[in-house]
Amino acid sequence: MNIAFEHRQSAHCENGVISNLLNHRGVSLSEPMAFGIGSGLFFVYLPFLKVNFAPGFSYRPMPGQIFRRLAKRLGIRVKHQRFSSPEKARAILDEKLRQGIPVGLQVGVYHLTYFPDEYRFHFNAHNLVVYGKEDGEYLISDPVMDYTTRLTEQELERVRFAKGALPPKGHLYYLERLPERYDLEKAIRKGIRQTCNDMLAPVPIVGVRAMKWVARNIRKWPASIGIKKTNHYLGQLVRMQEEIGTGGGGFRFIYAAFLQEAGKVLDNPALIQRSEEMTAIGDAWRDFALDISRIYKNRKSGPDVYDKLSAQLLDLADRERRFFAQLKKDI
Amino acid sequence: MKTNEVPQDEGSLAKKNVNELCYAVDERGRYTTVPSRGWEAKTLALAESLELIEERIAATKEAVMAGQLSPIAYYMELHRMDIALLASYAGIHRWFVKRHFNPKRFGKLKEKTLRKYAGAFGITVEQLTSPIWQDNE
Repeated sequence: MNIAFEHRQSAHCENGVISNLLNHRGVSLSEPMAFGIGSGLFFVYLPFLKVNFAPGFSYRPMPGQIFRRLAKRLGIRVKHQRFSSPEKARAILDEKLRQGIPVGLQVGVYHLTYFPDEYRFHFNAHNLVVYGKEDGEYLISDPVMDYTTRLTEQELERVRFAKGALPPKGHLYYLERLPERYDLEKAIRKGIRQTCNDMLAPVPIVGVRAMKWVARNIRKWPASIGIKKTNHYLGQLVRMQEEIGTGGGGFRFIYAAFLQEAGKVLDNPALIQRSEEMTAIGDAWRDFALDISRIYKNRKSGPDVYDKLSAQLLDLADRERRFFAQLKKDI
Repeated sequence: MKTNEVPQDEGSLAKKNVNELCYAVDERGRYTTVPSRGWEAKTLALAESLELIEERIAATKEAVMAGQLSPIAYYMELHRMDIALLASYAGIHRWFVKRHFNPKRFGKLKEKTLRKYAGAFGITVEQLTSPIWQDNE
């Protein structure tokens, strides 16, 4: 079985899977659109949760959230299934493929054979589409890859039943029903409004307040935990911001692309203006990452280096606070 | 970021011939996607993290060779796992996993338990129980 499925590469796996699955059903929705309507832009700081021996930072909401919000806002019905038995998980997947339905899967990254070694961490919220089976091998459309790949039954079972935080448990999903017509404009407004509220949320671990918290900690870390650990923590921040999936600048550029598209759909020139500002903010995030990487390159790290990084992040938080307050008024 | 500013420094993805997609503005101010070969700033951050893992593996290997830890500890580090993760892959409670780090206790483990660990690491029981310095994984 081989479903005629168009593989299009995207920056982020979750948006890419959504966009490709919808495209297969004849709904053309760009990756930035899916990201923006699903309120994908976010910032969260979890200082007590240690990921890879550093605190948790994330530039996006919990895995699966973007898809769920998008589906709700456009009135798409998506069927989700998890399994306790790998045999059942495989049987249902095969059945759906026989019916000609491309299936989205949540998988662990560590055992994905086509990823380079450097990227194989125990991260369980990656998404891909299976669009067929040939000679006992599954045909895989992984949206962050340029090209389609294949996995054997054993390989796919291993990634579908990866262990650790957020275990996929064979999680599969497919589009069940699409609405006759949907209100794109309303969905866009809802998506933007939620992002503004998230980023301006009055809690310390979310949005611009979380950025400020991180910034204050960067100033303290060298004295409290030492230079080596500080550099490792900052490395984690850079990787979360720039690694495959973000489209650069911690999703800021994807969001700017969304605002530009949204400005045209809603015929609202203010959003086009906001898009340009968001691009500038994204550039400032890139500079921040570049300055952190200089610590590794030059091996030079006086206390003033960290004070400067802290000030940079505080400034970014301030800019985003003003940005989202303005965006909220524009919508 | 403008389309001509998208970094093209050969990164680790480029080795597998994978380009990353970046969003950038073209000369007319419109957003578009540009494939990127990687960015030095990211490669450096990733290298730092990998260095830390290598250090941990080397330190654990030394401890195993000195007879302070069992090979389970070494393979756990090699596979970038922690105790909780290894426990769920092997299906053995983390308290016991920690106990099995003791070389003496490891020596007394039953074939069945060893098979669970070997399965979690994707190796044979023979590989797991043979001295790790002969192993060049």
